[in-house]
Amino acid sequence: MNARLPDAPEPAIVELRIPARAEWVAVARLAIAGVASRFDFSVEDIEDIKLAISEACTICIRRAQEGDQIEILCREDVGHLLVSVSSGVAGRLAVAHPDDSLALVIVESLMDRVELRSESAACLVEMSKRIAGGS
Amino acid sequence: MDIKVQVHESGDEAYVVELTGEIDVYTSPKVKDAIGELIDQGHYNLVINLEKVRYIDSTGLGVLIGGLKRVREYGGTVHLVCTNPQIKKIFDITGLVKIFGIYEDEESAKKAFA
Repeated sequence: MNARLPDAPEPAIVELRIPARAEWVAVARLAIAGVASRFDFSVEDIEDIKLAISEACTICIRRAQEGDQIEILCREDVGHLLVSVSSGVAGRLAVAHPDDSLALVIVESLMDRVELRSESAACLVEMSKRIAGGS
Repeated sequence: MDIKVQVHESGDEAYVVELTGEIDVYTSPKVKDAIGELIDQGHYNLVINLEKVRYIDSTGLGVLIGGLKRVREYGGTVHLVCTNPQIKKIFDITGLVKIFGIYEDEESAKKAFA
């Protein structure tokens, strides 16, 4: 994990890579809570972000193949925390899972913006949340 | 991170499933097995106590929905005990507050079967 403090001159960027397996999702949750706590988020916001990232990891795991990894990338941009959660190589057919819809309802409710894409990875969930006091 | 599942009979034809920990994609199969086992044994009125659950995601909700669907086939139902505002919020945003009876304590949840 590489991180810069949010008060550093350049925007903070945090990357985390975990195996695309269920037992690693809790690790992602803990890590993202640590990242979110470096910004001006309330405790409730941090819980929301943890759940949203966890749901995104679950969506990726449902579409993952043996040996896949999940890459979580967090960065600050114009008063928002941007998070992308991706797994698998681009172009590989990723079949949507019926349970994804409930996961997406939750992510859409908790984050300000969410997109589920598949151009640059087999599964890519991009989302953002406004940082309190941000523009 | 793990989930602890404790099951006990409440004495009034309902069974209580008390969960402690976090329910996510890794731990939810354990919860599903515990609920499924009770239903297989013929217990269709269940109280699922989430008071000691710190976290639940869509996979956990899916297990609860699946359990509710199964017991309803036999005329039973599932009542939840939940006081954690963060967890209640998940039931709110998914609309599941409308399909589950959600109670503040185990006694109220059990009485609601009467």
